[in-house]
Amino acid sequence: MTRSTGTRVLAPELRRVVEAVTDPEIPTLTIGDMGIVRGLSVDEEGGEVVVTITPTYSGCPAVEVMSRDIVDAAADVGYVASVVVSHHPPWTSDWLTDRGREALRELHIAAPEPGAGRSGPVPVTIGRAPHTESVSCPRCGSADTELISRFGTTACKALHRCRACGDPFDEFKAV
Amino acid sequence: MSPPCVPAVLALADDALIYAQRLGEWISRAPQIEEDMALANVGLDLLGRARSLYTWLGAVDGSGRSEDDFAYWRDEREFRHLWLVERPGGDFADEMVRLLLMASLDVERYAALASTASVAGIDELAGIAGKAVNESTYHRDHARLWVLRLGDGTEESRTRMNAALERVAPYVDELFTDSWADRAAVAAGIGVLPSSLRSSVLGYVGSVLAEATLDPLPEPAWHARGGREGLHSEVCGFMLAEMQHLARSHPGATW
Repeated sequence: MTRSTGTRVLAPELRRVVEAVTDPEIPTLTIGDMGIVRGLSVDEEGGEVVVTITPTYSGCPAVEVMSRDIVDAAADVGYVASVVVSHHPPWTSDWLTDRGREALRELHIAAPEPGAGRSGPVPVTIGRAPHTESVSCPRCGSADTELISRFGTTACKALHRCRACGDPFDEFKAV
Repeated sequence: MSPPCVPAVLALADDALIYAQRLGEWISRAPQIEEDMALANVGLDLLGRARSLYTWLGAVDGSGRSEDDFAYWRDEREFRHLWLVERPGGDFADEMVRLLLMASLDVERYAALASTASVAGIDELAGIAGKAVNESTYHRDHARLWVLRLGDGTEESRTRMNAALERVAPYVDELFTDSWADRAAVAAGIGVLPSSLRSSVLGYVGSVLAEATLDPLPEPAWHARGGREGLHSEVCGFMLAEMQHLARSHPGATW
Protein backbone atom coordinates (compact mmCIF):
# COMPACT_ATOMS: atom_id res chain seq x y z
CA MET A 1 0.00 0.00 0.00
CA THR A 2 1.37 3.38 -1.03
CA ARG A 3 0.90 6.06 1.60
CA SER A 4 -0.22 9.50 0.53
CA THR A 5 2.59 11.99 0.99
CA GLY A 6 1.53 15.33 -0.46
CA THR A 7 -0.94 17.96 0.71
CA ARG A 8 -4.42 16.90 -0.27
CA VAL A 9 -6.02 18.74 -3.18
CA LEU A 10 -9.66 18.98 -4.26
CA ALA A 11 -11.26 16.49 -6.65
CA PRO A 12 -11.00 18.51 -9.91
CA GLU A 13 -7.28 19.04 -9.34
CA LEU A 14 -6.88 15.33 -8.50
CA ARG A 15 -8.53 14.46 -11.80
CA ARG A 16 -6.13 16.76 -13.63
CA VAL A 17 -3.15 15.11 -11.91
CA VAL A 18 -4.35 11.58 -12.68
CA GLU A 19 -5.14 12.36 -16.31
CA ALA A 20 -1.67 13.89 -16.72
CA VAL A 21 0.02 10.50 -16.14
CA THR A 22 1.72 9.52 -19.39
CA ASP A 23 2.02 6.33 -21.38
CA PRO A 24 5.47 4.81 -20.61
CA GLU A 25 5.93 3.97 -24.31
CA ILE A 26 4.66 7.31 -25.64
CA PRO A 27 5.85 9.95 -23.16
CA THR A 28 4.08 12.89 -24.81
CA LEU A 29 0.69 11.20 -24.58
CA THR A 30 -1.26 11.49 -21.33
CA ILE A 31 -3.70 8.81 -20.27
CA GLY A 32 -6.42 11.48 -20.29
CA ASP A 33 -5.78 12.27 -23.94
CA MET A 34 -5.54 8.56 -24.75
CA GLY A 35 -9.10 8.20 -23.47
CA ILE A 36 -8.40 5.32 -21.13
CA VAL A 37 -9.47 7.01 -17.87
CA ARG A 38 -13.07 5.89 -17.55
CA GLY A 39 -13.95 7.04 -14.07
CA LEU A 40 -12.75 8.66 -10.85
CA SER A 41 -14.57 7.96 -7.62
CA VAL A 42 -13.19 10.44 -5.11
CA ASP A 43 -13.57 10.56 -1.35
CA GLU A 44 -12.06 13.96 -0.49
CA GLU A 45 -12.80 13.53 3.20
CA GLY A 46 -11.05 10.18 3.53
CA GLY A 47 -8.37 10.96 0.94
CA GLU A 48 -9.15 7.93 -1.17
CA VAL A 49 -9.79 7.57 -4.86
CA VAL A 50 -10.73 4.67 -7.13
CA VAL A 51 -9.53 5.22 -10.69
CA THR A 52 -11.10 3.09 -13.44
CA ILE A 53 -9.05 2.64 -16.60
CA THR A 54 -9.53 0.51 -19.69
CA PRO A 55 -6.70 -1.04 -21.73
CA THR A 56 -6.21 -0.01 -25.36
CA TYR A 57 -5.32 -3.63 -26.20
CA SER A 58 -6.04 -6.72 -24.12
CA GLY A 59 -2.41 -7.64 -23.58
CA CYS A 60 -1.03 -4.12 -23.22
CA PRO A 61 1.83 -4.47 -20.71
CA ALA A 62 1.84 -0.70 -20.11
CA VAL A 63 -1.37 -1.00 -18.09
CA GLU A 64 0.52 -2.22 -15.03
CA VAL A 65 3.09 0.57 -15.28
CA MET A 66 0.38 3.19 -15.71
CA SER A 67 -1.54 1.79 -12.75
CA ARG A 68 1.51 2.23 -10.54
CA ASP A 69 2.11 5.72 -11.92
CA ILE A 70 -1.49 6.67 -11.12
CA VAL A 71 -1.06 5.47 -7.53
CA ASP A 72 2.18 7.48 -7.21
CA ALA A 73 0.69 10.62 -8.80
CA ALA A 74 -2.33 10.50 -6.52
CA ALA A 75 -0.08 10.00 -3.47
CA ASP A 76 1.78 13.19 -4.36
CA VAL A 77 -1.44 15.16 -4.00
CA GLY A 78 -2.63 13.48 -0.81
CA TYR A 79 -4.68 10.52 -1.97
CA VAL A 80 -4.48 6.77 -1.59
CA ALA A 81 -5.50 5.45 -4.98
CA SER A 82 -6.63 2.07 -6.16
CA VAL A 83 -6.86 1.30 -9.85
CA VAL A 84 -9.61 -0.84 -11.37
CA VAL A 85 -9.15 -2.17 -14.91
CA SER A 86 -12.52 -2.38 -16.65
CA HIS A 87 -13.23 -3.71 -20.13
CA HIS A 88 -16.66 -2.22 -20.54
CA PRO A 89 -17.15 -0.49 -22.85
CA PRO A 90 -14.09 -1.55 -24.91
CA TRP A 91 -11.63 1.20 -25.85
CA THR A 92 -11.64 2.55 -29.37
CA SER A 93 -9.16 4.90 -31.03
CA ASP A 94 -12.09 7.36 -31.37
CA TRP A 95 -11.50 8.18 -27.70
CA LEU A 96 -8.15 9.79 -28.48
CA THR A 97 -8.57 13.52 -27.98
CA ASP A 98 -7.40 16.08 -30.55
CA ARG A 99 -4.56 16.94 -28.18
CA GLY A 100 -3.71 13.23 -28.01
CA ARG A 101 -3.51 13.02 -31.81
CA GLU A 102 -1.26 16.07 -31.80
CA ALA A 103 0.97 14.46 -29.13
CA LEU A 104 1.36 11.37 -31.33
CA ARG A 105 2.27 13.46 -34.37
CA GLU A 106 4.90 15.28 -32.31
CA LEU A 107 6.58 11.90 -31.84
CA HIS A 108 6.18 11.18 -35.56
CA ILE A 109 3.52 8.57 -34.93
CA ALA A 110 0.60 8.69 -37.37
CA ALA A 111 -2.68 9.10 -35.51
CA PRO A 112 -5.90 7.36 -36.58
CA GLU A 113 -8.74 9.61 -37.71
CA PRO A 114 -12.02 9.29 -35.83
CA GLY A 115 -14.07 6.37 -37.13
CA ALA A 116 -11.10 4.98 -39.07
CA GLY A 117 -11.35 1.52 -37.49
CA ARG A 118 -14.76 0.71 -38.91
CA SER A 119 -14.47 1.67 -42.54
CA GLY A 120 -15.18 -1.76 -44.01
CA PRO A 121 -13.10 -4.05 -46.23
CA VAL A 122 -9.56 -3.14 -47.15
CA PRO A 123 -8.33 -3.66 -50.74
CA VAL A 124 -5.61 -6.29 -51.09
CA THR A 125 -2.83 -6.79 -53.60
CA ILE A 126 -0.88 -10.00 -54.03
CA GLY A 127 2.85 -10.57 -54.08
CA ARG A 128 4.08 -7.58 -52.15
CA ALA A 129 3.23 -5.84 -48.93
CA PRO A 130 -0.44 -4.94 -49.26
CA HIS A 131 -1.30 -1.27 -49.51
CA THR A 132 -4.15 -0.29 -47.25
CA GLU A 133 -5.89 3.03 -46.88
CA SER A 134 -3.43 5.86 -47.11
CA VAL A 135 -1.81 6.96 -43.86
CA SER A 136 -0.10 10.34 -44.11
CA CYS A 137 3.58 10.53 -43.16
CA PRO A 138 3.87 12.23 -39.75
CA ARG A 139 7.24 13.73 -40.75
CA CYS A 140 6.71 15.22 -44.21
CA GLY A 141 2.93 14.95 -44.54
CA SER A 142 3.03 13.01 -47.80
CA ALA A 143 0.16 10.62 -48.47
CA ASP A 144 2.48 8.44 -50.58
CA THR A 145 3.15 5.80 -47.90
CA GLU A 146 3.11 2.02 -47.69
CA LEU A 147 2.39 -0.48 -44.96
CA ILE A 148 5.45 -2.51 -43.93
CA SER A 149 3.88 -4.53 -41.12
CA ARG A 150 0.42 -4.51 -39.60
CA PHE A 151 2.07 -5.10 -36.23
CA GLY A 152 4.59 -2.60 -34.90
CA THR A 153 6.78 -1.91 -31.90
CA THR A 154 3.95 -2.12 -29.37
CA ALA A 155 0.51 -3.74 -29.34
CA CYS A 156 -1.16 -0.48 -30.40
CA LYS A 157 1.00 0.34 -33.43
CA ALA A 158 1.57 -0.68 -37.07
CA LEU A 159 4.70 0.06 -39.13
CA HIS A 160 4.66 2.12 -42.34
CA ARG A 161 7.19 3.72 -44.70
CA CYS A 162 6.97 7.03 -46.51
CA ARG A 163 7.86 6.82 -50.20
CA ALA A 164 8.38 10.59 -50.37
CA CYS A 165 10.90 11.12 -47.56
CA GLY A 166 11.95 7.47 -47.19
CA ASP A 167 11.45 7.31 -43.44
CA PRO A 168 9.72 4.44 -41.68
CA PHE A 169 7.13 5.49 -39.09
CA ASP A 170 4.68 4.02 -36.57
CA GLU A 171 0.93 4.35 -36.86
CA PHE A 172 -1.31 4.24 -33.81
CA LYS A 173 -3.69 1.53 -35.07
CA ALA A 174 -7.34 2.41 -35.58
CA VAL A 175 -9.78 0.13 -33.77
CA MET B 1 -23.75 -20.47 -7.19
CA SER B 2 -21.57 -19.74 -10.17
CA PRO B 3 -23.24 -18.66 -13.44
CA PRO B 4 -24.04 -21.51 -15.89
CA CYS B 5 -21.77 -19.97 -18.55
CA VAL B 6 -18.60 -20.42 -16.44
CA PRO B 7 -17.40 -23.74 -17.97
CA ALA B 8 -17.90 -22.41 -21.51
CA VAL B 9 -16.04 -19.19 -20.75
CA LEU B 10 -13.22 -21.23 -19.18
CA ALA B 11 -12.87 -23.12 -22.46
CA LEU B 12 -12.57 -19.82 -24.34
CA ALA B 13 -9.93 -18.58 -21.89
CA ASP B 14 -7.96 -21.82 -22.24
CA ASP B 15 -8.07 -21.58 -26.06
CA ALA B 16 -6.64 -18.07 -25.78
CA LEU B 17 -3.91 -18.94 -23.26
CA ILE B 18 -2.67 -22.09 -24.98
CA TYR B 19 -2.67 -20.48 -28.42
CA ALA B 20 -0.82 -17.46 -27.00
CA GLN B 21 1.85 -19.84 -25.65
CA ARG B 22 2.28 -21.48 -29.06
CA LEU B 23 2.43 -18.11 -30.85
CA GLY B 24 5.10 -16.92 -28.45
CA GLU B 25 7.28 -19.84 -29.54
CA TRP B 26 7.60 -18.18 -32.98
CA ILE B 27 9.59 -15.26 -31.62
CA SER B 28 13.00 -15.30 -33.36
CA ARG B 29 11.87 -18.23 -35.56
CA ALA B 30 9.41 -16.57 -37.95
CA PRO B 31 10.40 -16.04 -41.62
CA GLN B 32 11.07 -12.33 -41.07
CA ILE B 33 11.48 -10.01 -38.12
CA GLU B 34 8.20 -8.21 -38.84
CA GLU B 35 6.49 -11.57 -38.50
CA ASP B 36 8.23 -12.25 -35.18
CA MET B 37 6.60 -9.05 -33.97
CA ALA B 38 3.26 -9.78 -35.60
CA LEU B 39 2.87 -13.25 -34.07
CA ALA B 40 4.11 -11.96 -30.71
CA ASN B 41 1.51 -9.19 -30.87
CA VAL B 42 -1.27 -11.61 -31.73
CA GLY B 43 -0.13 -13.80 -28.84
CA LEU B 44 -0.07 -10.79 -26.54
CA ASP B 45 -3.67 -9.93 -27.44
CA LEU B 46 -4.69 -13.53 -26.72
CA LEU B 47 -2.74 -13.63 -23.46
CA GLY B 48 -4.40 -10.40 -22.34
CA ARG B 49 -7.77 -11.86 -23.26
CA ALA B 50 -7.07 -15.02 -21.25
CA ARG B 51 -5.95 -12.98 -18.24
CA SER B 52 -9.11 -10.87 -18.31
CA LEU B 53 -11.33 -13.93 -18.64
CA TYR B 54 -9.55 -15.85 -15.84
CA THR B 55 -9.81 -12.84 -13.56
CA TRP B 56 -13.51 -12.55 -14.31
CA LEU B 57 -13.98 -16.32 -13.80
CA GLY B 58 -12.17 -16.32 -10.47
CA ALA B 59 -14.44 -13.54 -9.26
CA VAL B 60 -17.75 -15.12 -10.30
CA ASP B 61 -17.18 -18.86 -9.85
CA GLY B 62 -16.86 -18.54 -6.09
CA SER B 63 -13.35 -20.02 -6.04
CA GLY B 64 -11.52 -16.72 -5.66
CA ARG B 65 -8.81 -18.06 -7.97
CA SER B 66 -6.41 -15.60 -9.58
CA GLU B 67 -5.35 -15.60 -13.21
CA ASP B 68 -2.10 -17.30 -12.15
CA ASP B 69 -4.04 -20.05 -10.35
CA PHE B 70 -5.82 -20.84 -13.59
CA ALA B 71 -2.70 -20.71 -15.76
CA TYR B 72 -0.08 -22.33 -13.54
CA TRP B 73 -1.82 -24.51 -11.00
CA ARG B 74 -4.18 -26.63 -13.06
CA ASP B 75 -3.05 -29.92 -14.56
CA GLU B 76 -3.50 -31.15 -18.10
CA ARG B 77 -6.88 -32.80 -17.50
CA GLU B 78 -8.29 -29.52 -16.17
CA PHE B 79 -7.52 -27.57 -19.35
CA ARG B 80 -10.43 -27.32 -21.79
CA HIS B 81 -8.77 -25.98 -24.95
CA LEU B 82 -9.12 -27.37 -28.48
CA TRP B 83 -6.54 -29.74 -29.91
CA LEU B 84 -5.86 -27.30 -32.74
CA VAL B 85 -4.31 -24.68 -30.44
CA GLU B 86 -1.98 -27.08 -28.65
CA ARG B 87 -0.32 -28.29 -31.88
CA PRO B 88 3.33 -27.22 -32.17
CA GLY B 89 3.74 -24.46 -34.76
CA GLY B 90 5.51 -26.56 -37.39
CA ASP B 91 5.69 -24.97 -40.83
CA PHE B 92 4.79 -21.27 -41.11
CA ALA B 93 2.07 -22.34 -43.55
CA ASP B 94 0.46 -24.47 -40.81
CA GLU B 95 0.46 -21.46 -38.50
CA MET B 96 -1.26 -19.25 -41.04
CA VAL B 97 -3.96 -21.87 -41.63
CA ARG B 98 -4.45 -22.21 -37.89
CA LEU B 99 -4.55 -18.45 -37.37
CA LEU B 100 -7.09 -18.04 -40.16
CA LEU B 101 -9.30 -20.73 -38.61
CA MET B 102 -9.00 -19.58 -35.00
CA ALA B 103 -9.38 -15.86 -35.71
CA SER B 104 -12.39 -16.51 -37.96
CA LEU B 105 -13.96 -18.60 -35.21
CA ASP B 106 -13.09 -16.06 -32.52
CA VAL B 107 -14.63 -13.15 -34.43
CA GLU B 108 -17.97 -14.94 -34.55
CA ARG B 109 -18.09 -16.63 -31.16
CA TYR B 110 -16.93 -13.53 -29.27
CA ALA B 111 -19.43 -11.36 -31.18
CA ALA B 112 -22.18 -13.70 -29.97
CA LEU B 113 -20.75 -13.66 -26.44
CA ALA B 114 -20.58 -9.85 -26.43
CA SER B 115 -24.19 -9.38 -27.50
CA THR B 116 -25.65 -12.08 -25.24
CA ALA B 117 -23.61 -11.02 -22.21
CA SER B 118 -24.67 -7.45 -22.81
CA VAL B 119 -28.34 -8.42 -22.92
CA ALA B 120 -27.84 -10.43 -19.71
CA GLY B 121 -26.27 -7.40 -18.04
CA ILE B 122 -22.84 -9.04 -17.57
CA ASP B 123 -21.03 -5.89 -18.66
CA GLU B 124 -17.44 -6.90 -17.87
CA LEU B 125 -17.74 -10.13 -19.87
CA ALA B 126 -19.44 -8.23 -22.71
CA GLY B 127 -16.59 -5.70 -22.70
CA ILE B 128 -13.85 -8.36 -22.81
CA ALA B 129 -15.69 -10.12 -25.65
CA GLY B 130 -16.25 -6.88 -27.56
CA LYS B 131 -12.56 -6.10 -27.45
CA ALA B 132 -11.79 -9.65 -28.59
CA VAL B 133 -13.96 -9.13 -31.69
CA ASN B 134 -11.96 -6.05 -32.72
CA GLU B 135 -8.62 -7.73 -32.11
CA SER B 136 -9.51 -11.05 -33.75
CA THR B 137 -10.81 -9.22 -36.83
CA TYR B 138 -7.33 -7.71 -37.13
CA HIS B 139 -5.70 -11.14 -36.63
CA ARG B 140 -7.99 -12.67 -39.23
CA ASP B 141 -7.03 -10.02 -41.78
CA HIS B 142 -3.37 -10.70 -41.08
CA ALA B 143 -3.80 -14.46 -41.65
CA ARG B 144 -5.90 -13.81 -44.76
CA LEU B 145 -3.22 -11.62 -46.33
CA TRP B 146 -0.57 -14.29 -45.75
CA VAL B 147 -2.76 -17.13 -47.06
CA LEU B 148 -3.44 -15.09 -50.21
CA ARG B 149 0.21 -14.31 -50.76
CA LEU B 150 1.46 -17.83 -50.03
CA GLY B 151 -1.33 -19.64 -51.88
CA ASP B 152 -1.08 -17.47 -54.96
CA GLY B 153 2.69 -17.03 -54.60
CA THR B 154 5.42 -19.40 -55.77
CA GLU B 155 5.14 -23.11 -56.52
CA GLU B 156 6.99 -23.78 -53.25
CA SER B 157 4.70 -21.63 -51.08
CA ARG B 158 1.61 -23.04 -52.75
CA THR B 159 2.73 -26.66 -52.25
CA ARG B 160 3.47 -25.97 -48.61
CA MET B 161 0.11 -24.27 -48.06
CA ASN B 162 -1.76 -27.24 -49.50
CA ALA B 163 0.32 -29.61 -47.36
CA ALA B 164 -0.54 -27.49 -44.32
CA LEU B 165 -4.25 -27.77 -45.11
CA GLU B 166 -3.86 -31.58 -45.13
CA ARG B 167 -2.16 -31.53 -41.73
CA VAL B 168 -4.58 -29.11 -40.07
CA ALA B 169 -7.80 -30.63 -41.48
CA PRO B 170 -8.21 -33.32 -38.75
CA TYR B 171 -8.42 -30.61 -36.09
CA VAL B 172 -11.20 -28.56 -37.73
CA ASP B 173 -14.26 -30.59 -36.76
CA GLU B 174 -13.63 -30.14 -33.03
CA LEU B 175 -13.96 -26.36 -33.47
CA PHE B 176 -17.62 -26.83 -34.28
CA THR B 177 -18.50 -29.64 -31.86
CA ASP B 178 -20.87 -28.62 -29.07
CA SER B 179 -19.79 -29.54 -25.54
CA TRP B 180 -22.01 -29.87 -22.49
CA ALA B 181 -20.53 -26.56 -21.35
CA ASP B 182 -21.62 -24.81 -24.55
CA ARG B 183 -25.14 -26.20 -24.16
CA ALA B 184 -25.34 -25.11 -20.51
CA ALA B 185 -24.23 -21.58 -21.40
CA VAL B 186 -26.60 -21.25 -24.34
CA ALA B 187 -29.47 -22.62 -22.25
CA ALA B 188 -28.77 -19.74 -19.86
CA GLY B 189 -28.78 -17.25 -22.73
CA ILE B 190 -25.01 -16.73 -22.99
CA GLY B 191 -22.81 -17.39 -26.01
CA VAL B 192 -23.49 -19.55 -29.03
CA LEU B 193 -23.35 -23.24 -30.00
CA PRO B 194 -20.16 -23.84 -32.01
CA SER B 195 -22.10 -26.10 -34.41
CA SER B 196 -24.20 -23.11 -35.45
CA LEU B 197 -21.07 -21.26 -36.59
CA ARG B 198 -19.73 -24.03 -38.82
CA SER B 199 -21.14 -22.86 -42.13
CA SER B 200 -20.30 -19.17 -41.71
CA VAL B 201 -16.75 -19.72 -40.38
CA LEU B 202 -15.88 -22.43 -42.90
CA GLY B 203 -17.60 -20.37 -45.58
CA TYR B 204 -15.31 -17.46 -44.85
CA VAL B 205 -12.19 -19.67 -44.66
CA GLY B 206 -13.22 -21.42 -47.88
CA SER B 207 -13.62 -18.10 -49.69
CA VAL B 208 -10.09 -17.06 -48.66
CA LEU B 209 -8.66 -20.41 -49.80
CA ALA B 210 -10.47 -20.09 -53.15
CA GLU B 211 -9.21 -16.52 -53.60
CA ALA B 212 -5.72 -17.83 -52.85
CA THR B 213 -6.20 -20.50 -55.57
CA LEU B 214 -5.66 -23.21 -52.94
CA ASP B 215 -7.44 -26.54 -52.54
CA PRO B 216 -10.48 -26.55 -50.25
CA LEU B 217 -9.99 -27.95 -46.74
CA PRO B 218 -9.68 -31.71 -47.37
CA GLU B 219 -11.85 -34.33 -45.72
CA PRO B 220 -9.54 -35.80 -43.06
CA ALA B 221 -9.06 -39.47 -42.24
CA TRP B 222 -9.57 -38.84 -38.52
CA HIS B 223 -10.96 -36.14 -36.21
CA ALA B 224 -9.44 -34.63 -33.08
CA ARG B 225 -11.76 -35.06 -30.10
CA GLY B 226 -11.84 -34.49 -26.39
CA GLY B 227 -10.20 -31.12 -25.68
CA ARG B 228 -13.36 -29.75 -24.09
CA GLU B 229 -13.42 -32.74 -21.69
CA GLY B 230 -9.78 -32.27 -20.78
CA LEU B 231 -8.49 -35.11 -22.97
CA HIS B 232 -5.49 -33.83 -24.88
CA SER B 233 -2.88 -35.04 -27.34
CA GLU B 234 0.58 -36.05 -26.19
CA VAL B 235 2.11 -32.63 -26.93
CA CYS B 236 -0.03 -30.88 -24.31
CA GLY B 237 1.78 -32.11 -21.21
CA PHE B 238 5.18 -31.11 -22.52
CA MET B 239 3.93 -27.63 -23.36
CA LEU B 240 2.32 -27.16 -19.95
CA ALA B 241 5.48 -28.41 -18.23
CA GLU B 242 7.45 -25.65 -19.92
CA MET B 243 4.77 -23.01 -19.34
CA GLN B 244 4.24 -23.88 -15.67
CA HIS B 245 7.76 -24.82 -14.67
CA LEU B 246 8.89 -21.49 -13.23
CA ALA B 247 5.73 -20.81 -11.25
CA ARG B 248 5.74 -24.32 -9.77
CA SER B 249 9.43 -24.39 -8.96
CA HIS B 250 9.29 -21.01 -7.26
CA PRO B 251 5.74 -20.66 -5.87
CA GLY B 252 4.75 -17.05 -5.32
CA ALA B 253 7.67 -15.69 -7.36
CA THR B 254 7.00 -12.17 -8.66
CA TRP B 255 8.84 -9.90 -11.05
